[in-house]
Amino acid sequence: MRQSLNDGQLILNNLLKDMGQEVERILQGCIKTLKSLDRTQAEYWIAQDQVVNNLERQVDDECVRLIATQQPVAKDLRKIISAMKISTDLERMGDLAIGIAKVVRRIEGPLCKPLIDIPLMAEKALAMMRQGLEAYRTEDMELAQNLALQDDAVDHLYNQIVRDLLVIMSQKPEILDQGMYLTFAGRYLERFADHATNIGENVIYITTAERKDLNK
Amino acid sequence: MGQSLSIHNLEAWYGSNKILKGINMEIRPNQVTAIIGPSGCGKSTFVRCINRMHETLPRTRVRGEISLDGRSIYDLNPVALRKTVGMVFQKANPFPSMSIYDNVVAGLRLNGMKNKQELKASAEKSLRMAALWDEVKDRLNYSGMSLSGGQQQRLCIARALAVEPSVLLMDEPASALDPIATTHIEELIRSLKEIYTIIIVTHNMQQAARIADSTAFFLSGELVEHGPTSEIFTNPHDKRTEDYITGRFG
Ligand SMILES: Nc1ncnc2c1ncn2[C@@H]1O[C@H](COP(=O)(O)OP(=O)(O)OP(=O)(O)O)[C@@H](O)[C@H]1O
Ligand SMILES: [Mg+2]
Repeated sequence: MRQSLNDGQLILNNLLKDMGQEVERILQGCIKTLKSLDRTQAEYWIAQDQVVNNLERQVDDECVRLIATQQPVAKDLRKIISAMKISTDLERMGDLAIGIAKVVRRIEGPLCKPLIDIPLMAEKALAMMRQGLEAYRTEDMELAQNLALQDDAVDHLYNQIVRDLLVIMSQKPEILDQGMYLTFAGRYLERFADHATNIGENVIYITTAERKDLNK
Repeated sequence: MGQSLSIHNLEAWYGSNKILKGINMEIRPNQVTAIIGPSGCGKSTFVRCINRMHETLPRTRVRGEISLDGRSIYDLNPVALRKTVGMVFQKANPFPSMSIYDNVVAGLRLNGMKNKQELKASAEKSLRMAALWDEVKDRLNYSGMSLSGGQQQRLCIARALAVEPSVLLMDEPASALDPIATTHIEELIRSLKEIYTIIIVTHNMQQAARIADSTAFFLSGELVEHGPTSEIFTNPHDKRTEDYITGRFG
């Protein structure tokens, strides 16, 4: 029944899965680059932007095709609209990850302290993205709603990073620049997690047709 | 002005076959209400009950209450009722032996109108409302059958409008028309709701979504769900409605 619509939805699911995997690969690479401050690597990751952008375009094209040829309604329509929005979130997440590689361009090493909390934050943010996509794949409301809690944890970690960096910066004015760029990196990850939470909001919209703000 | 319709516990039979199993429905005036549902679920039977045509067929029976602006339709004589509640059928059915003009004024003549000027004025007005005037004004004496299918359908609409009903029943009026004629009819329906209460049976989901203010989903002689069209097509409450409109039925 409605084979072509079902096929299209499968294509969308696979594209979003690919996007998630690419964003994960990029964020992990960018964090590694931040640890090593390797500028050649940084340029490599910055160029990876294209990969995610291309996938986003494919999602858009498939959504437009399905709307034009299948006239989806109700839940079918919500799924397609949500796929479009989720792909926009993932594309932004890719940009934010790459923002970290861009930070590496500007930081004068060596690092004032070993990086612990930022990689930890990245791990948590990535886990949220995976969970959001899993919730989307299985239409699991609980998984989606749970993202709000995890987002609070990431926000908390971010505040802590800012506090710690402020203390170091006030003691060692010579690393002021570095401290500011590391704060940026933390901020990017905090935003990354917000976008992961948006994925959860879309899952709730698909299943209930209601808009819920998980980012409060 | 359009009139409201109130339907209570409507049941209808063909022989011993119960086709409508207790329909309750409120239809608001000057709105387009779409009736959707799988073939054989009783949509045509339902609209034919509203102008008391169902009961004219042999071995049929109707039970329940239908009121027009609060007044029972069974208190009106059927001829008067059908003047108030006009009907357009799925297949265009102009009277074959009559000219375009005679087709349009047939109902008025039947109701006793004789004045030539009045008949002419009324024919023009109805043909204009049905968005057919420009296409036929120079050949009003041609046979109704000389028109294309879409034009014939609009002719039948003009014929229904001529007697100035307040409720218009339309049973799949665009099912045999091309996209352009369909768009004409849809625009027409949208503009006609200023004056009429319109109930349209359609198999075309997108058509219902485009033109109806409210949509009712019938299944096996029951009304499963009736609500604002935007809600039915974005977030229906009943799983059976969702399965039907998303094309995953059965
Ligand atoms: N003249 C008749 N005599 C006996 N049974 C009839 C007659 N007309 C319709 N029926 C039966 O009544 C039921 C409802 O028919 P109806 O024409 O109201 O369906 P419908 O919803 O309009 O279907 P469609 O979408 O195919 O036009 C069907 O099961 C049909 O077989
Ligand atoms: Mg029918």
